[in-house]
Amino acid sequence: MTWLLPLPIIIPFATAVFAFLFRNDRQGRWISVLGSALTLLAGVFLLIEVLEGGVQAAQMGEWPAPFGITLVADTLSAVMVVITGITALAVSVYALSDIDARMEELGYHALFQVLIAGVVGAFLTGDLFNLYVWFEVMLISSFGLLVLGGKRVQLDAGIKYVTLNLISTVLFLSGIGLLYGTTGTLNLADLHYRVQEVDPGLMTVIAIMFMVGFGVKAAVFPLFFWLPAAYHTPAFAVSAVFAGLLTKVGVYAMMRMFTLVFTQDIAFTHTVLLWVAALTMVTGVLGAAAQTDFRRILSFHIVSQIGYMVLGLALMTPLAVMGAVFYLVHHIIVKANLFLVSGVANRIAGGTEIDRIGGLYKGAPLLAFLFLVPAFSLAGFPPLSGFWAKYVLVKASLDIELWVVAGIALAVGLMTIYSMTKIWNRAFWKPHPGGLVPRLSDLPYGDRVSLILPIAFLAVLTVIIGLFPEPFVRVAERAAAELLDPSAYLTAVLGSEATVPSAGVGTETEVPTE
Amino acid sequence: METFVAIMVGALVAAAVYLMLARNVLRFLFGLILLSNGANLLIFASGGLTPEAPPLIAYGAEVPPDGVANALPQALVLTAIVIGFGLFAFALVLVYRAYQNLGTLNSDEMRLAEPEAPK
Repeated sequence: MTWLLPLPIIIPFATAVFAFLFRNDRQGRWISVLGSALTLLAGVFLLIEVLEGGVQAAQMGEWPAPFGITLVADTLSAVMVVITGITALAVSVYALSDIDARMEELGYHALFQVLIAGVVGAFLTGDLFNLYVWFEVMLISSFGLLVLGGKRVQLDAGIKYVTLNLISTVLFLSGIGLLYGTTGTLNLADLHYRVQEVDPGLMTVIAIMFMVGFGVKAAVFPLFFWLPAAYHTPAFAVSAVFAGLLTKVGVYAMMRMFTLVFTQDIAFTHTVLLWVAALTMVTGVLGAAAQTDFRRILSFHIVSQIGYMVLGLALMTPLAVMGAVFYLVHHIIVKANLFLVSGVANRIAGGTEIDRIGGLYKGAPLLAFLFLVPAFSLAGFPPLSGFWAKYVLVKASLDIELWVVAGIALAVGLMTIYSMTKIWNRAFWKPHPGGLVPRLSDLPYGDRVSLILPIAFLAVLTVIIGLFPEPFVRVAERAAAELLDPSAYLTAVLGSEATVPSAGVGTETEVPTE
Repeated sequence: METFVAIMVGALVAAAVYLMLARNVLRFLFGLILLSNGANLLIFASGGLTPEAPPLIAYGAEVPPDGVANALPQALVLTAIVIGFGLFAFALVLVYRAYQNLGTLNSDEMRLAEPEAPK
């Protein structure tokens, strides 16, 4: 049933339209919740379909691949769509009380839904230029969300976020131009065959352009500077969805391109990725250790965690890629959740600067517990999802005798605990410097429900993944197998005669650029 | 023709990098516009530049004659220009608002979001 493929893209767009029309009505925000729930539902159906029937592909406008735009869902894409739906739902419930009427009138919910549509589109597309367009959809709505409200600090952060992301966009676009010039196709599955006919040296140069372009989006070392400059400034609901999803789209794009297309010179490209990953882990966690703002610590942690995912991709063994997929899923849930917790802390304790708040454990033990679950998970404590994610990646690097990288991964885990304890000690444990005892019961009942419910939901999810990792690991294994052996993907997109490279893409005349 | 465009792209990128190294955010933005135009030209050239050979398919034929430019990159460039226009319009307004609110265009002085560490 191919209509399942465009559905998770259409629903958020339709929701955005309605949310914009009803933006002056306080009840209009429920539209956003409903839309997110429907997106999640569509994602779940898609995942079931993919798990039962293998890779799904749909040719948009009936144009056969590689001419038209193809939407493809393999296990990785479908899982990412589901996890996007989960995050979207959690954040839109949270936004019911986090986003004030003024931001709603400015169109918060519409922008949010367009962002979700862009993210889902990037996960589902099988066409390189279309991927660029989804990146832009995502980018422009994230620009809007970031500066919505127009506080001075937001404008300051916005400048850095916007300019650095635009540079990465231009690099990505140039990469597409060169790739099309050398191969004559934009379809990812077709590119898989086409790149083998091109001079590998030239391909490596193009691959590096993509690596840098996606590297900025994914916030890897040394291209991450926009992230900790920006993620602590917008509304909490916004920063949660940014932290959960945006960088992960970059990681996803990297995983897709460097398993499906750029595989001619793995020895070179993936070694670069390996050291990028190691340095990303280290710099991120060191940055976090130096910060004293709740959200800034978490922002640097995003950078550090991205390193683990890129590490999985760089190792390119089935176990490592499986670990990267597992990490991706676990990280989105945990990270979004931590940002949501920081929002509640801000509401009841009056700030995010951890030296100026405190007493959260005494006044709000429930919140403290809900912080501990994702925080320990992020650091990799045993019964939680992060433990399995880290375990698999460390095991994978030990398997191929990369002792140094395994050591770095473990040490970074330790440092993560250090900065989490810092938040715990100062924001939760020590008494509030102003003598205030922050209590959840200070919040109005409706706010309390809509703030705590999504946090508890995501925390429960973390615990479930941690206690019963078996089915999740199996899905991740399947996603990794499909990434490393893309034949199912290629057949789904191009049909069974795919192995024969169709000469010169039929009607088009090849014109070399050199 | 390709050589000429290639040099032009190179010149645009060089000028863009020069502008983007400035601390003035507005200059940076102008650099970015040049850079994005360079990228657009690059895509345009990747389809081939063939003067006096219109990519028209003769009546009854299914493929265009040999040696015509690939028209797809031109469509891609159009999309990229439109998207780029939107993004730069936004960026320009953002810079203007930042200038109004922060009172500076010098990126070194924009330290609100990332204040210097105390002591």
